[in-house]
Amino acid sequence: MSLAKRIIPCLDVDKGRVVKGVRFVDIRDAGDPVEVARRYNEQGADEITFLDITASHEERDTTYRTVEKMSEQVFIPLTVGGGVRKLEDIRNLLNAGADKVSINTTAIHNPEFVREASERFGSQCTVVAIDAKRVDTDDGSLRWEIFTHGGRRPTGIDAVEWAVRMANYGAGELLLTSMDKDGTKDGFNLPLTRAVSDAVNIPVIASGGVGNLEHLAQGVLEGHADAVLAASIFHFGEYTVQQAKDHMASRGIVVR
Amino acid sequence: MPSTSSLAVMDYGMGNLRSVANAVRKVAPDVEVLVSSKPEDILAADRVIFPGVGAIRDCMAEILAAGFDQVVAEVSQSKPMLAICVGMQALLSHSAENNGVDCLGLFEGDVKLFPGGEDAQGAALKVPHMGWNTVEQTVAHPLWEGIENHARFYFVHSYYVMPDNKALLAGTSDYGVPFAAALAKDNVFATQFHPEKSHTSGLQLLHNFVQWSGEC
Repeated sequence: MSLAKRIIPCLDVDKGRVVKGVRFVDIRDAGDPVEVARRYNEQGADEITFLDITASHEERDTTYRTVEKMSEQVFIPLTVGGGVRKLEDIRNLLNAGADKVSINTTAIHNPEFVREASERFGSQCTVVAIDAKRVDTDDGSLRWEIFTHGGRRPTGIDAVEWAVRMANYGAGELLLTSMDKDGTKDGFNLPLTRAVSDAVNIPVIASGGVGNLEHLAQGVLEGHADAVLAASIFHFGEYTVQQAKDHMASRGIVVR
Repeated sequence: MPSTSSLAVMDYGMGNLRSVANAVRKVAPDVEVLVSSKPEDILAADRVIFPGVGAIRDCMAEILAAGFDQVVAEVSQSKPMLAICVGMQALLSHSAENNGVDCLGLFEGDVKLFPGGEDAQGAALKVPHMGWNTVEQTVAHPLWEGIENHARFYFVHSYYVMPDNKALLAGTSDYGVPFAAALAKDNVFATQFHPEKSHTSGLQLLHNFVQWSGEC
């Protein structure tokens, strides 16, 4: 027996409602986050990820209240991300009931923030989210860069080098999203996932592009991911988490 | 169990205590649950949970600042106590984390860093050990009541315990090396995993804890 690969439904939450962006732009309503999280908990999800995509900082109280309610009903790990800028934001989310906090843009502007967060709160709750996109190279080799603002703004930072740096700064886990694949439903970016996962000695969650259950299995088998994240295939009732586990088990992957 | 039974969660300023309290309230709505940083509250409760997250140096510093070292020593002699994750590690003699930190010494042994490396199939054993792993129940214990042997629990830790005195083991798990998933001695039970995050099996363990007399 060994450590199970994790299946993580992701809730993108805007102003207190679950939504699902396609390529981070179009939005479909998928319900009340607490209800949705409870459903996945009952279906056997291994964790829940909650990404607050509300643009304005004034809506933070809604996020804290939602996390509080979720932690009263969901007894599996809960990762919360979106708009984390200060150590105080992390403290507030942990106090509201989050187990892990995901840091994205702030890490790019101030990498030391990741070190401070992991030293203060521990690596076990410090997740760094990486949004990566394929870029052209002179020799045609594969290269991915970090993008911000929903994939619109390049940073010039190499995704694999960034992943290694974040692990060295004390990140306990990486949430790796392919901006080329997100919302397409044609599968994870497997070369990217594998390049990052093999380069670091911390767990990597693959994200972006899942359209069917075989995609989840590929993320582990070919992408070497430690966990696979998906949203729309679960939100709109195409598949249950249990079906996802059954399929992964049938492909020889250890699941809970 | 009388409906006036009380449970205190020790609050020494380290992280998410709401989850533990929420999970106990879920399985034992009749139990009065108090999250407190006051030694007198902890000593007055019928049973005590000693949680812990983060790095051991900060945890031990906060434990000592709160006077909880003496509280733990007293509780461990008198009432059911459940230590979780870094709470469990703090009960050992010494931890290698943060260049070496002396701990409470209730259990003899050292806390060590996972060696990493690869599993038998050649897959990397990444650190932290994060996720759901199986737990072999090495002794019969009231806290395992109703939980299947080899059930999976949620772990997140980079350091592990393997006591020299194997009589302390209540459950083991494996991540490149065998390690203590649970320790037990008299009225003290300690888990490396997070029962409050381990869904059905974890909630069952917490249910068992609030029913437990403290005898094995």
